[in-house]
Amino acid sequence: MMKNIITFSAGLIFGLGLIISGMTNPAKVIGFLDLAGDWDPSLAFVMLGAIAVAFFAFRKAESKGTTIFDETIHLPAKTHITKELIIGSMLFGVGWALAGFCPGPAIVALGAGYQQALIFVIAMLAGMVAHEYLYKK
Amino acid sequence: MENFTPITSFIGGLLIGVSTSMLILFMGKIAGISGIVASLLQFKNTPKGHYTWRLLFIAGLLISSTVYQAFAQLPVSEISASTSTLIIAGLMVGFGSKMGSGCTSGHGVCGLSRLSLRSLIATMSFMLIGFVVTYLILHVV
Repeated sequence: MMKNIITFSAGLIFGLGLIISGMTNPAKVIGFLDLAGDWDPSLAFVMLGAIAVAFFAFRKAESKGTTIFDETIHLPAKTHITKELIIGSMLFGVGWALAGFCPGPAIVALGAGYQQALIFVIAMLAGMVAHEYLYKK
Repeated sequence: MENFTPITSFIGGLLIGVSTSMLILFMGKIAGISGIVASLLQFKNTPKGHYTWRLLFIAGLLISSTVYQAFAQLPVSEISASTSTLIIAGLMVGFGSKMGSGCTSGHGVCGLSRLSLRSLIATMSFMLIGFVVTYLILHVV
């Protein structure tokens, strides 16, 4: 029960962070990507703020190796730079710039009742399923 | 830079960092939204508890607008993309994040916080292409 409350709260805090930071507004994300226009560096400050906190949490997690509930932490172990990593990230980047949405903000905007966010999220789920289907072993 | 909001954006970022820290320190999980969503679409041979924490985290995200609204006016999401663009963008974000094993949260926040070279390369890849695509859309086409 405790864990469920923590996880739900983490999702809620993440969403509030996205709202407060302005990242649930696609126009603001595009304002960051538009270097040649009226550039808005806010997104970089969101990342800085998040990393400033998470950096210490991950250092702790990596040195301790277990959670506060004494369970083993499995961190991503991949280290190879693959073409899938780069091509996948570039495809992601094109979609991100086209809509101004990435997964987190789109889900928060969906919760706020934006129909366009619903369309984006359904297409995103379809894209994930398509990848699963094409690359299944 | 008239739209620049360094303070609120940094504070929002701190909250995202707190959330990410809670998930790793209490649950041993990575707050990568695309990975969490993609894992909810897997139905075969999933271990016990596979869905619970992921559904709860997504539920928290979905309810956050309503909670915010209880205290202040919710900022507007200005979405200029057409329906067809939203569909293409969504497909690319879903497919690409799965292929590249992460998105802005998984690579951009968690990965960079761990000083992962893979995540740095991924973040640079989607940001650079994002700059190029935005330039083409807003200043060339």
